[in-house]
Amino acid sequence: MHNKKKATVCLGIESTAHTFGVSIVSSDGRIISDYKSVYHPPLGKGIHPREAAQHHSEHAANTLKDCIQSSDFSLNSIDCIAFSSGPGLGPVLRTGASVARALAIWLNKPLIPIHHAIGHIELACKLTGAHNPLIVLVSGGHTMIGAYSGRKCRVFGETEDITLGNLLDVFGREAGLLFPSGPYIEKLAKEGKNFIDLPYVVKGNDVSYSGLLTATLAKLKDGNNLTDLCFSLQEVSFSMLTEATERALTHIERDEVLLTGGVAANSRLSNMLRTMTEDHNAKFFVVPREYCGDCGAQIAWTGILASKSGVMTDVNESYIIPRWRIDEVDIPWRD
Amino acid sequence: MVLIKKGAEAELLLETWCEKKVIMKKRTPKSYRLPELDLKLRQYRTVHEAILIHQAKLVGILTPLIYFVDTKNSTIIMEYIIGKQLKELANESSKLKLKSIFIQIGIIIGELHTSGIIHGDLTTSNLIIDPQNRIFFIDFGLGKKSEELEERSVDLFLLKRSLNSTHYLLAPFFYNWILKGYSKIVGTKNCSEVKRRIESIADRGRYTSSE
Repeated sequence: MHNKKKATVCLGIESTAHTFGVSIVSSDGRIISDYKSVYHPPLGKGIHPREAAQHHSEHAANTLKDCIQSSDFSLNSIDCIAFSSGPGLGPVLRTGASVARALAIWLNKPLIPIHHAIGHIELACKLTGAHNPLIVLVSGGHTMIGAYSGRKCRVFGETEDITLGNLLDVFGREAGLLFPSGPYIEKLAKEGKNFIDLPYVVKGNDVSYSGLLTATLAKLKDGNNLTDLCFSLQEVSFSMLTEATERALTHIERDEVLLTGGVAANSRLSNMLRTMTEDHNAKFFVVPREYCGDCGAQIAWTGILASKSGVMTDVNESYIIPRWRIDEVDIPWRD
Repeated sequence: MVLIKKGAEAELLLETWCEKKVIMKKRTPKSYRLPELDLKLRQYRTVHEAILIHQAKLVGILTPLIYFVDTKNSTIIMEYIIGKQLKELANESSKLKLKSIFIQIGIIIGELHTSGIIHGDLTTSNLIIDPQNRIFFIDFGLGKKSEELEERSVDLFLLKRSLNSTHYLLAPFFYNWILKGYSKIVGTKNCSEVKRRIESIADRGRYTSSE
């Protein structure tokens, strides 16, 4: 029998891309501790899956130790272990899953597989108080406009090729900026003065960024001013996403819009979406900056929600799913 | 002047114009967008929507009549269609009635594509069914002229997605009925080419279906 007074405590492990994160979250909503170690590829390079996995396995033990020591919890008082089982880079996912499996076996606690992007959404809902919003998820892995309905996250629009995070990172890499390039592009964009015409492609509620990337890179090679290009690239790509979101919003008529994921840290993007949302008399929410990037807390908090609904996996069957689509995830707590 | 719908792109106002009840579709400035980019998009789409609606009408497809185009103010004055959005009807009609509507929609999309017209934003919000069960296609703002397999397939891919997200319980039926009507016009060979391309468009995304 459950003792109502005692909160459930979940340890979550995030390991899908450049971040190895560990966090302890309690069912009363407190993020007790949240630690991460981030792999930085060398200048001019993107994430190398094997090197990222190598980085994560080297830093897993210390990150875990820091997280637990700062939490006032002993490992034994943790009720369940959640891990990001997809989508992401295979070798990186395997590293996180191995740590989670080992903990679950050693502590004899339930193991809970979590979809990384559902983690972004649930943590953002929890931190902002959004109930049932139209969701705009923007990161290196996703550019998606969706909403919960009937135990699933329904996708109303998405990118038809590369993601917004990918667009910024690849452009940044070619322009000699560090990875992830979003923050550098945002800074340079503020100094841009001239708008350079770039292809604006909205298809229904979908966007397509590959043509925009090619065109912007061509303008870079032609010797256009980098600040002007950053400015124009942001204006065009963010306007496209805001327009697609606006289309989805008027189609499904929700009264909340939530922005989450790594690119949510960009204030130009969140200002655009806020302006659009308020224009339709809906409420706008954006995930706090410190939790917009990948972190253990998104997995641990979603682990709490999942454990309440009885979601768990046998260690023998705790597969990783590198190309797990968000609309295929069963979400019993969103019935 | 009554605002009857605030859409994503435009405000729809019910107006009296030359003693007629008309819809004034006004593409208002978007304050989130850079003014020069915004103006260019609004003017381009206003003109193109009017042209495409007119061309669709020429090949016998039911669309609102265009009375006047004001490019400077990005406004189109057009016929007022009394009816319901398919989005609403899809939740309240019998399956039998929906079957005939969706097959008919497939037929009309086939006719549009055969005439080289791509709608560009096929959703159940952009199809109006009038009291005589006639189907009107509206909102051609993202449309274009194209004979290409890719463009036709994207057109149907977007509709498929819109059905899957908005009407997920019946979406597979709706989609199959649409294809049934579509293949009546374009032929089974062309239809299966489009179906294959729709799958490959879905595969271009980062994470693809495991089904």
